[in-house]
Amino acid sequence: MHVCTVTPISMTVGANRIVPAIAIPHPLGNPALDKDEEKKLRRGIVEKALEALATEVDGQTIFD
Amino acid sequence: MAKLKVVHYINQFFAQIGGEEKADYPAELRVGEVVGPGMALTQQFGDDAEIIATIICGDSYFNENLEKAKADILAWVKEQAPDVFVAGPAFNAGRYGVACGTIADAVQEELGIPAVTGMYIENPGADMFKTKVYIVSTKNSAAGMRDAVKKLAPLAVKVGRGDKIGASSEEGYIPNGVRVNFFEKERGSLRAVKMLIKKLNDKPFETEFPMPDFDRVDPNPAVKDLAHAKIALVTSGGIVPKGNPDHIESSSASHYGEYDIAGVMDLTEETYETAHGGYDPVYANEDSDRVLPVDVLRDLEKEGKIGELHHLFYTTTGNGTAVASSKAFAEEFSKKLKDDGVDAVILTST
Repeated sequence: MHVCTVTPISMTVGANRIVPAIAIPHPLGNPALDKDEEKKLRRGIVEKALEALATEVDGQTIFD
Repeated sequence: MAKLKVVHYINQFFAQIGGEEKADYPAELRVGEVVGPGMALTQQFGDDAEIIATIICGDSYFNENLEKAKADILAWVKEQAPDVFVAGPAFNAGRYGVACGTIADAVQEELGIPAVTGMYIENPGADMFKTKVYIVSTKNSAAGMRDAVKKLAPLAVKVGRGDKIGASSEEGYIPNGVRVNFFEKERGSLRAVKMLIKKLNDKPFETEFPMPDFDRVDPNPAVKDLAHAKIALVTSGGIVPKGNPDHIESSSASHYGEYDIAGVMDLTEETYETAHGGYDPVYANEDSDRVLPVDVLRDLEKEGKIGELHHLFYTTTGNGTAVASSKAFAEEFSKKLKDDGVDAVILTST
């Protein structure tokens, strides 16, 4: 599965399970948040990625 | 100018010998004969060129007796000593296309005689030989013969004379990957605006930056039991151990890295960084978990939400890296991941 900020690129290159990320230079983080908050944010994205992996898809799917 | 001498290669079908039941027809040389599509080519050549001999070969025969067929045909072509060799056009006939590409390439390589062929873009022969011989782009059936011959004949004459060959869009051949610098008549901004206006009006326009062809794969089945699954991390965000020990390039990477994170609970400023030169590296250098979420996956591992985090991760910089390189990297490390019993991969991109 693909964690990626610019999801149209992910669609173009053919990923089947896509989870949107935060920003190009910090897809799984946000330096504006404090450390704990940032880690919670990251965990949310990773959990969504795992959920995507555990979900059957029959074509390219973005897990918003 | 003297007429160029052409040897023309066709299959049993276009020679009107027969269809599939005659596909094992052995290679045959007919000196002084113009056969089948050779008539249309002759008409199109006018005073520029003439077919001095036609070689006919069954599609199955050629592909099943490759070495013998190739040797026989090369010997005949050598004996006829043409200025140019023309094969096909093969349209969407797969074996015929492969035969045309194979023999045209061999004539060029082994005899030093220029060759051209023609086929439909999706003919497997097109992908195999488009970088080796000029392949005129044709329709997918013989109904496109007139159109094909209109492009094939002039290109054969040019190639035979050793004239300069223009861009694929001008000459009508399938792009062969060769880039040539040239000056456009209109400047970039003007061309861009013209393209945009066409696009807004739903009119056809031709991009100057075509996207590569990306393949599509069927989705893998869902992971059934995450709590016992081995999850691996892969990134195109260039995360590497501090100091970039394998010197992964900041752009147009020529290789990928494989790093062991056994016992690593958190990526820190002191231990990891990014080699990527295509985004502001400050945030990833401060905390590489922002790109490669090792810390969170360790927590989930501890909590039993996943079985385990694979002890190796794979990384490269996706910045300007060729699709062909990326594909080669992934083919290699996907095998390793499978061999290591990894159930699923999270790929992160910047």
